[in-house]
Amino acid sequence: MPEGQRPKPQPTPETQHFWDGTKAGELRLQRCASCSKVYFPPRPFCPACASREVGVFTASGKGRLYSYVIHHRPVPGFTPPYAIAVVELDEGPRMMTNITGCPQTPEALVLDMPVEVAFERLDDDITLPLFRPAKG
Amino acid sequence: MTGRRNDVAIVGAAETTELGRIPNLSQIGLHADAALNAMKDAGLTPKDIDGVATAGETPTTIAHYLGITPKWVDGTAVGGCSFMIHVRHAAAAIEAGLAKTILITHGESGRSGIARSRPAVSPGSLQGQFELPYGPMGPPTLFTIPVLRYMKTYGITEEQLAMVAVVQREWAAKNPRATFRDPITVDDVLNSRMIAYPFRLLMCCLVTDGGGALILTAAERAKDFPRKPVYLLGTGESVETPMVSQMEDFTSSRAFRVAGPTAFEEAGITHADVDHLMIYDAFAHLPLYGLEDLGFCKKGEAAAFIGERNTAPPSSSAKAGRLPLNTNGGGLSYMHSGMYGMYALQESVRQMRGIAPAQVPGAKISVCHGVGGMFAASGTVIMTNEEGI
Repeated sequence: MPEGQRPKPQPTPETQHFWDGTKAGELRLQRCASCSKVYFPPRPFCPACASREVGVFTASGKGRLYSYVIHHRPVPGFTPPYAIAVVELDEGPRMMTNITGCPQTPEALVLDMPVEVAFERLDDDITLPLFRPAKG
Repeated sequence: MTGRRNDVAIVGAAETTELGRIPNLSQIGLHADAALNAMKDAGLTPKDIDGVATAGETPTTIAHYLGITPKWVDGTAVGGCSFMIHVRHAAAAIEAGLAKTILITHGESGRSGIARSRPAVSPGSLQGQFELPYGPMGPPTLFTIPVLRYMKTYGITEEQLAMVAVVQREWAAKNPRATFRDPITVDDVLNSRMIAYPFRLLMCCLVTDGGGALILTAAERAKDFPRKPVYLLGTGESVETPMVSQMEDFTSSRAFRVAGPTAFEEAGITHADVDHLMIYDAFAHLPLYGLEDLGFCKKGEAAAFIGERNTAPPSSSAKAGRLPLNTNGGGLSYMHSGMYGMYALQESVRQMRGIAPAQVPGAKISVCHGVGGMFAASGTVIMTNEEGI
């Protein structure tokens, strides 16, 4: 087990829906009602057109591995080497995450491989959206 | 020269007396040592300074510590390119008559850590919520994240990435102030300790103590100063995102693509006019992004450009490359305190004064390009030693 704990996010009023979603097993994104832009990270207006008419929806949780590094030095809450990755969701936005369920090696972590969300509960308040290689 | 900004000149420039490990000076002491050296270089005292710009410390702290009563201050702090942006803002302030003689300071106890100020990231900030929980630990794990996508897109190899560090070490070998001067090979780089795949130790910048300062004034006053004036020809600035994961394009920096062309347009020059180039190199991929985003190379071609020795110093078997790049050895071999931009500016000034340790013969135009944060910000300064018309 790694020593220490990974940094814990602190939800804000503008992001609470996202963290409520991960706790419920849903990856929630936002879509602009005016221009249809799907965006992340959460905010109560559209970063493409500034409209406040935005809605929350549950994303597919599917995407592809977009880029990463494999960190080889110790960090509280992690056992090196571990990948710090960015996935591109099927809906468009990219997000930072970790890739679970596979070796943390360049051979196993192939860019553009399909991934799917794997929720990791930290405590009663926070569940993180990690990703794993997609099944099938 | 027909640049818009050749009406402002750099008349004082200096680094701290020492570089590397400076256990007897704190962060503010490094600012002050560099500022005193720059004022001596320009033949000025604090009473002659009426404008102060700085990052890391506040302009208030610097003005008070040095005994300056400013009429103009700028505390723009967007990371290591803050000083390029200070130069831009200072030029505009001098043109607008807001100040006559502006001091820009940097000092950072990056290695010794004496009274170093480091901004804390709130767990409720966007980075705190959507990046930090996944285990990044500073620039080696964040600045580097886009690179595998860049390498896949353009078929760039780890050997090519390593070559950036090899060529810069050749420049460092010519510089007595450089921290690392011994030659290295691609194998040396690829066999150095893994930090964050694909980045090895020798692809990452140094961590050292140091500082630097600049003094700017109107070009019409510049000839009254002891040193050869260096005129500002063009400047640019921009920011993109505090979250590297949210960059629009992992193979290119939007901030680079705004700051660089803005400076070129302002200077009224083409790439063929450039004699000397500095691109902030916290990590080995930054010169690749910089060469492409500033338009010196087509997309995906910068690694081959460096590999073919176009940016290299003369060697026993080859003449000097046509675009000397990072001639002080760069952040990879010269020094890197944390906010390296000031040292890139200092090298551009030395080249334009004709006093650099690895002087580019006859260089008339230098482009100095900086990055702040993890591709978060950018500033570009184009200088010349030819008086404006």
